[in-house]
Amino acid sequence: MSGLVVVGASYAGIQAALSARDSGYAESITVVADDHLLPYQRPPLSKDFLLDKVKQDGLVLRDDAFFKLKQIDLILETRVHAIDRRARQLSINGSTTLDFDKLFIGTGSHARRLTIPGSNLDGVCYLRSIRDAIDLKERLRNAAEIVIVGGGFIGLEVAASASKLGKKVTVIESASRLLERSVSPVVSQFLLDLHTRHGVDVRLNEGVAEIEDRNGLAGVVRTRSGARLRADLVLVGIGGVPNDQLARDAQLNCTDGIVVDDHGLTSDPAIYAAGDCANHYNAHAQGWLRLESVQNAQDQAKAAGLAIAGKTGPYDSVPRFWSDQYDAKLQTVGISRNFDRQAVRGSLEDGQFSVFYYRRDKLCAVDSVNRAGDQMAARRLISGGVSPTPEQAADLSFDFKTLLTTIKAVGA
Amino acid sequence: MARITFVQPDGSENVVNIDSGTSVMLAAIRNGISGIDAECGGCLDCATCHIYIDESHSGVLSPQPEELELLSSVAAIRKPTSRLSCQLKLPPSITALTVHIPGAQS
Repeated sequence: MSGLVVVGASYAGIQAALSARDSGYAESITVVADDHLLPYQRPPLSKDFLLDKVKQDGLVLRDDAFFKLKQIDLILETRVHAIDRRARQLSINGSTTLDFDKLFIGTGSHARRLTIPGSNLDGVCYLRSIRDAIDLKERLRNAAEIVIVGGGFIGLEVAASASKLGKKVTVIESASRLLERSVSPVVSQFLLDLHTRHGVDVRLNEGVAEIEDRNGLAGVVRTRSGARLRADLVLVGIGGVPNDQLARDAQLNCTDGIVVDDHGLTSDPAIYAAGDCANHYNAHAQGWLRLESVQNAQDQAKAAGLAIAGKTGPYDSVPRFWSDQYDAKLQTVGISRNFDRQAVRGSLEDGQFSVFYYRRDKLCAVDSVNRAGDQMAARRLISGGVSPTPEQAADLSFDFKTLLTTIKAVGA
Repeated sequence: MARITFVQPDGSENVVNIDSGTSVMLAAIRNGISGIDAECGGCLDCATCHIYIDESHSGVLSPQPEELELLSSVAAIRKPTSRLSCQLKLPPSITALTVHIPGAQS
């Protein structure tokens, strides 16, 4: 067997295999994954799955029928130990090898571990895989008080879910505001108010010093400022670390993830990578980025799949994220970092607004809460390089379609 | 269980069986039906699972306001029969449905 070998049945891995096949790649395609399950959806793990609104069966993303139709071989429960670049061969499960003409690495990321006294105690949890989610859900059932370390997407989504389940929730965040790396201060403040209103105790500028043992389990979280918080369960969401060991061992160029170009190509012309494990130069951010999002995984892998099939379609999508917390749907497009002007459309009080960010008079990002229409327009505006004036953005009666028509005319 | 017939823009057809309660989008993704991107996985974030319901069908529930808001942003032409397939779940009374896939999702 040679052809294309994909490591990881992740969003990126499956998308790369699919795009290669759909773009005319005629050789064999094999996906190797250490997981024991068919590819599954991850975003619901922190939300509907914890709330029991969707069961494990409902999370399946690609069924056997998909693999059969697309003629993609899926090999589960198989770990890749090393890449032999010269022989174009993987060593798997210790003693076996697998040849490849092209290799795609979609190994994702893992949760950054907390390293303080007591952080190895039973009851200190992370959320990344379905295994983590099953464990967390089970433990949540019997927990009354929960401490969440980290006010990022995972921490806040679990806070919302746990609070809906009637738990007493405390969120500890070391920065001065929530989601600091992803949204602007206005949105951080909105989220702080939202969580506070739902009874979540959010402590900013605070760290965790120690987790104290209670009968062999995590029992009390001692903060840096000296507070002692009872906890039946501690959920840690302090960011992700790329799974790039395989690539580093093979001497592929890596810096906070596997370095790739806009076709997902690594420093080896036969090896591609995309998704959480890859680091790319992002024109919209004007810098190197490693993004952890479904959109990035899929779009970047699509570019790699095309390249593997000998076609070209470079990755240049505007980064997008979304998050659901209580009744707020947060959507964001673009990179708001270093913005110098903003305009608010809608009402923060009503929980329906968008914030438009400008860098040197150019629209660079839009965050929306329960304003999906704005968000859809914003995606087209930013990718088309068209900026409404801040006054137009703030004017609810202004219809972005008048500007979008210009884009279509230009593109036609 | 319902039989969904997906019709591609070129007229070719694929038939997929789905459980009631499973969205038409998820059925398409799981079975490798081309032309439905469903970037967001069904959380009403992206409008890339747009389909047209065959006009011969009635009895499918009408779209909710959130879906309507996103339908105004679909890439292909919006028609009265336009739906986001992630929001389309069939009641047990419907045992067969034909949907048409548009030429573009983004």
